[in-house]
Amino acid sequence: MAAYSYLRPRRSITLTVLLGALLIYSILPLTWMLFSVTKTQPELLSSFGLWFSGPFAFFDNVQAVLTHDDGVFLKWFGNTLVYVVVGAGGATVLATAAGYGLAKYRFRGRNAVFAVILGAIAVPGTALAVPTFLLFSQWGLTNTMWAVILPSLVSPFGLYLMWVFSAEAVPTEILEAARVDGSGEWRTFFTISLRLLAPGIVTVALFAIVATWNNYFLPLIMLNDPDLYPLVLGLYQWLADASGIGAQPVFNLVITGSFLTIVPIVLVFLVLQRYWQSGLNAGSVKA
Amino acid sequence: MTPFLVAFALMIVTPLVYSMYLSLFRNQLMGGTTFAGFANYVTAFGDPKLWDGVGRVSLFLVVQVPIMLGIALIAALAIDSGRLHGKSFFRVALFLPYAVPGVVAVLMWGFMYDDRLGLTGSVNDLVGFPLIDPYTKQWILTAIGNIVTWEFVGYNMLILYAALKTVPLEIYEAAAIDGANQFRIVRSIKIPAVRGALVIATIFSILGSFQLFNEPTILKQIEPALISTYYTPNIYAYNLSFVGNQVSYAATVAIVMGLVTAVVAYVVQLRGTRREI
Repeated sequence: MAAYSYLRPRRSITLTVLLGALLIYSILPLTWMLFSVTKTQPELLSSFGLWFSGPFAFFDNVQAVLTHDDGVFLKWFGNTLVYVVVGAGGATVLATAAGYGLAKYRFRGRNAVFAVILGAIAVPGTALAVPTFLLFSQWGLTNTMWAVILPSLVSPFGLYLMWVFSAEAVPTEILEAARVDGSGEWRTFFTISLRLLAPGIVTVALFAIVATWNNYFLPLIMLNDPDLYPLVLGLYQWLADASGIGAQPVFNLVITGSFLTIVPIVLVFLVLQRYWQSGLNAGSVKA
Repeated sequence: MTPFLVAFALMIVTPLVYSMYLSLFRNQLMGGTTFAGFANYVTAFGDPKLWDGVGRVSLFLVVQVPIMLGIALIAALAIDSGRLHGKSFFRVALFLPYAVPGVVAVLMWGFMYDDRLGLTGSVNDLVGFPLIDPYTKQWILTAIGNIVTWEFVGYNMLILYAALKTVPLEIYEAAAIDGANQFRIVRSIKIPAVRGALVIATIFSILGSFQLFNEPTILKQIEPALISTYYTPNIYAYNLSFVGNQVSYAATVAIVMGLVTAVVAYVVQLRGTRREI
């Protein structure tokens, strides 16, 4: 009976309340945002942050965001999609192939490769950013979409996750059995391994999607042309416009723009987050 | 896997080598770029602006990281204990801020800190005197720490929670039969089980702290006077190369910071794994 009571423990009110406080902390800024997107610029500055005030201006604000500066927001949205699909998609494919290869095939120098990649996880991104910028400017790549996409393609952390996950999820015996049955390596990979790897791939893809959607530093140094900006950099630009000296205050644009920026990523996140669980689980076995 | 290695070599190894190469030169307004040997490194070690930034991020690291990981650990243990009402709701909601872009997170908090737009004005009105004013020299680092904590508590919680899930249920059953209470189980089974994950989370947090850039840079747009051009080493390197045109010296600063980070992360890993044995 003791074991039974451990598996079905009594619910604790104290613990729930304690974590409830943490929960409120987590959603407080998002709540503030939900109320703020409904306000006009003057109301934003004069009303209490956590309740409605004045006319319901949400749709006016959205319209203002979408039409400001000839609809540049939509262009930024499109750019972000390109960066996410090509950058994060490519990063996932590369990390999957390489992680699987490292986990399942023996070759000379395998340990050295792995050590270097693990070391690379610890290299501060910004130690690379400045030299990457200089290299790209010599190659004529700065201020192009490639400048943002290419560095996003390499994800040492994604490769590490896929390596650990492949080692756990795809038993070597299955691969050997497939080989005995005459299946080629590619066919085995696409018909058997890929299915077993699915949760790991979703995990890596989600980390990559969140990272590219939210990427700020890299586009900041690489891009000059506002037409190439991703959403977050555009928002930063608007903020700078709104708070500079003698600027027109457009806080309602910045806040509503932020809201529209996080809605898609939060939806993707909510739909796919349950896969992260199993993917991370395997990751922590080795960790 | 060859494409990955090619991309890896191009995007990580090449810039790294190039930045070491750059750090050996000197950019001058007149006379262009000349070979300087290790002169940049000598300058860096005596540069008060750099060490001012290092001191600031170290302070940040020592205070913010333990608080954030402590909260994350408590949350992970609470969710894993099964004693919560609505456990999966908590798990998702606490993790949610991780999906919010850093720029938007800073925007939201940055506005909320503002006494006209945000909430601090309301709080101060309520108590009748200026209780909190994040936009002052004493408070601004705490304000940044709060934003970073908000962004990453859920992420760290999930890493720790995933580690807790790998503990076989039989161990808990055995402990329960032996009469161990909840606190005993936490201390003797759960904490040791998450040690590896905790070390990894600590190392990632150290990397994050030393690279602190986004939050102060964006807050600077809201409150320009409080954040200097060398507030963190990273901001310093950025300003050196993109505002000051001192590319070589910026590369040097980046390498020095990389080394400092690597050493600290390595020490943490050694300590973390030694205690495991």
